[in-house]
Amino acid sequence: MTPRSIIAAIAGIVFGVGLAVSGMMDPAKVRGFLDIFGSWDPTLIFVMGGATLVMGIAWLVQRRFDRPLADSRFHLPNTSGIDRRLLGGSALFGIGWGLAGLCPGPALASLATRPLQAAIFVAAMIAGMAVFRFTLEPRD
Amino acid sequence: MPFDYLNGLVGGLLIGLAGAIMLLGVGRIAGVSGLTARAVGLSDSGPPRAMSALFLGGIIAGAALVEFAISPIEARFPPSLMLLIAGGLVTGFGTRLGSGCTSGHGVCGMSRLSPRSLAATATFIASGIATVALSNHLGWGW
Repeated sequence: MTPRSIIAAIAGIVFGVGLAVSGMMDPAKVRGFLDIFGSWDPTLIFVMGGATLVMGIAWLVQRRFDRPLADSRFHLPNTSGIDRRLLGGSALFGIGWGLAGLCPGPALASLATRPLQAAIFVAAMIAGMAVFRFTLEPRD
Repeated sequence: MPFDYLNGLVGGLLIGLAGAIMLLGVGRIAGVSGLTARAVGLSDSGPPRAMSALFLGGIIAGAALVEFAISPIEARFPPSLMLLIAGGLVTGFGTRLGSGCTSGHGVCGMSRLSPRSLAATATFIASGIATVALSNHLGWGW
């Protein structure tokens, strides 16, 4: 394994432990966060708050570095250009999130704890990604 | 409930740490939807496939560690197969069309103050709220 792969695996483990501790692997709880007109559960705000706090510091540190520890450069997406794809795709994702109470991270993590249900969701998610690939994905 | 908030905060700090390790270690965004597409060969951009797969494998291992070595994780899943399948399909399609999900846009992009990620996150939260409200109203909420 390359150093990069090892770093990615460690990051994944920390991510998985974080998801498990946070409560976000409970779809009913996530749905409770979105249920602002019902019995609202604000826990996800604390999860997002904690995560963006640490990640915000990481972005400040990143500015002082020419390159990451184990690669020759940073590979970062554009931050500007709000278009219909971004908004339409996000709106669709929100529908899925609200229907099942699952987003990609917790769904994958749940393969360890609720293998059957998680596998059904993840298989459908990958199928949805494949549909995108063969329909709306831009081609050069 | 306040204990849930504390768990949420601690879990969130760890999720942020994972994102920080990816950014400062390998110069990549810890975005689960993009890395998933990459790992299964459905994306042309992103880190090498093996690296993406190891990140995802790590997520599963980390959750297993908590479940089996610390304490069982509470998880109330949707009551119907249809909700899982429909939810998965639109999540997969939507996150690819919108270039990210809760981790990439919600955590990594928002903390970077990326206008694209701020717009995406506001959109999927609003859409999620509307979906839950509508499904409850129609009587197929859970």
